[in-house]
Amino acid sequence: MSKTRIEVLDRREFLVASGAAVATLTALTSGALAREMKDANKLLQELTGGAKPTEGKVKLEMPEIAENGATVPVKISVDSPMTDKDYCESVTIIAPKNPTVYVATFKFTPDSGKAWVSTRMRLAQTQEVWALAKMSDGSFRIAKTNVKVTIGGCGG
Amino acid sequence: MLNRRDFIQLALATLAVTGSVEGFRRALADESLTQEQLLAFRPKGQVTLIHVTDIHAQLVPIYFREPDVNLGVGPMKGLPPHLTGEDFLKRYGIRRGTPEAYALTWLDFAELAKKYGKVGGMDRVATIVKAIRAERGDDRCLVLDGGDTWQGSYTSLKTQAQDMVDVMNALGTSAMTAHWEFTFGEERVQELIKQLKFPWLAGNVIDAQWEEPVFKAWEMFERGGVKVAVIGQAFPYTPVANPRHMIPNWSFGIREKMVQKHVDDARAAGAELVVLLSHNGYDVDRKLASRVKGIDVVLVGHTHDATPQVERVGKTILVSSGCSGKFVSRLDVEVKDGRMTGFTYKLIPVFSDVIQPDAEMRKLIQSIRKPHEKALNEVLGTTETPLYRRGNLAGTFDTLITTALMEERDAEIALSPGFRWGPSLIPGQQIRAEDVYSQTAITYPQVYRSEMTGQRLKEILEDVCDNLYNPDPYYQQGGDMVRTGGILFDIHPYEKMGNRIQNLRLKRTGQPIDAAKKYVVTGWASVNPGVEGPPVWDLVMNWIRKQKTIRIPEQRDVRLVT
Repeated sequence: MSKTRIEVLDRREFLVASGAAVATLTALTSGALAREMKDANKLLQELTGGAKPTEGKVKLEMPEIAENGATVPVKISVDSPMTDKDYCESVTIIAPKNPTVYVATFKFTPDSGKAWVSTRMRLAQTQEVWALAKMSDGSFRIAKTNVKVTIGGCGG
Repeated sequence: MLNRRDFIQLALATLAVTGSVEGFRRALADESLTQEQLLAFRPKGQVTLIHVTDIHAQLVPIYFREPDVNLGVGPMKGLPPHLTGEDFLKRYGIRRGTPEAYALTWLDFAELAKKYGKVGGMDRVATIVKAIRAERGDDRCLVLDGGDTWQGSYTSLKTQAQDMVDVMNALGTSAMTAHWEFTFGEERVQELIKQLKFPWLAGNVIDAQWEEPVFKAWEMFERGGVKVAVIGQAFPYTPVANPRHMIPNWSFGIREKMVQKHVDDARAAGAELVVLLSHNGYDVDRKLASRVKGIDVVLVGHTHDATPQVERVGKTILVSSGCSGKFVSRLDVEVKDGRMTGFTYKLIPVFSDVIQPDAEMRKLIQSIRKPHEKALNEVLGTTETPLYRRGNLAGTFDTLITTALMEERDAEIALSPGFRWGPSLIPGQQIRAEDVYSQTAITYPQVYRSEMTGQRLKEILEDVCDNLYNPDPYYQQGGDMVRTGGILFDIHPYEKMGNRIQNLRLKRTGQPIDAAKKYVVTGWASVNPGVEGPPVWDLVMNWIRKQKTIRIPEQRDVRLVT
């Protein structure tokens, strides 16, 4: 599994802040396929098995305009009691306009205490980033945010 | 919601503002403006905030033409500050041809400049600040500098901003925030902060790796028996709009949640009046004020807007004080039971021929300029047409720069950044070396010459245009459109990114720009590291010396389609 992990994200760009250490990063079970996906909607379809994710409960924080597209900070938190009966199983980051749209999946257990991730990712261009949370009852939640990756250089 | 008492007081405050407008009109009638009239003010409450911003290192009087195009998009369409010319006059009840019309709009600029003279000068600003302090008592006043103070002139470039630090210390500044200050690099910024006799506040700057605060976010002052918290908000997109490699360890951003936390912390510490000293830009602050609770006053900087009345967003008021030392804002605030209950506001235009220079500040400015006098005063030529920069789409000074760059670097296309700083010159005025530096004095002045595909060129234009016209202010960077030479195009501001630039053609041939073809492009102020080329001021000065007489008609290369 650890080998897959390194393939998913470039090591230099991968940084898990202290709070996220409770989360374990893994690839999808069908990781090889997901990593090559070019179509975000298809990937979403595969991850949810066709279920429609609803908005809310997931907070996705990214800068409005990236200072450096090569390493954009991203923070995700899921509002969940994290009990044996009701917890967030995983969070997947999707970048629809990256060459491959799948970025990473973070898995949690009730013992994680909270479903919270802080990391950095590369963005090839301006796009809407998605964070998909899988809940223990089989439902899916999603949050989306626009991040601009500019050529830059002409501010007042 | 405001209670009835607030409403009456706010209404009175508006009356007071209107009153000052009336004062100008009378002054015009007998053709005499006096310092007393400009400073006339009905004091209110316990605290006086004096705001200056975006001085851009202009120590001596200048001309400054306000924009002819300053379009608002999305929810900001038609709202101040997105009013120009006649619309502006109508909104604020100002008559054309008056000193106020001259100070606040571009209308009749060259003609009125001859009539009413230059504006600004830090010795005049010092006179105003001293007069307000003397009238109100020092213990009631705060002098707040919104940033973009250290950059924009020959002397600030040569002294690496030492001149402005000395001047702002002498002015008795109470606090500042920043933007272009950062372009002197981390080390120099830290060195100069140590010399400041007042706090440097920037609550939205964090360490890029560890996300810890780099600077103090806010300072508590006690003025007129009121606890006043001033929170500093640096320009959120400094590492995007300016070279990130000069400040590699610092990360910026609007950081709304962080601003809210600073406000909450300040209130918890007993603040009765909370002031955001901001370099966000007007539209960003308008949005921020609607989302962050508990700010009484936002002092807006960055977008250089001179608005003669405050704007209200919920319980928050927005004050915006123009640029280049052309205006000083005075805001008197009444605080009762831990909140703002009333205010009186005046945007004081600094008419250099009316306001007496302060002797001490004048001496300091003279001592700063003396070693550089020969370089500053070299006459390069004369202009027959007004040279100015402000406006969303084009300015004649920028046309001069792009023309000079194309000729001096033998390129078919030129790009020049849409900076909003840089004074204006009027017909018949000599162009001195100082005037060129006042348009170009930056720490990354190299002029590049490179090949660029038509597609890349279109991408750059679309990218910058989105920084200006994205309907969500949080995605705007606050500059104007990149200036161009050698190409023609239409701008559709209300379209989406990718469709705003249309009908892009090469001016020389009239042919459409070919996405696949390579063009020779020159430009300056690249934010990338390792750019090579001569400094922009050298090329521009050479070109003016050769022309001797300059005549730049208003640019028609860019057509606005609304």
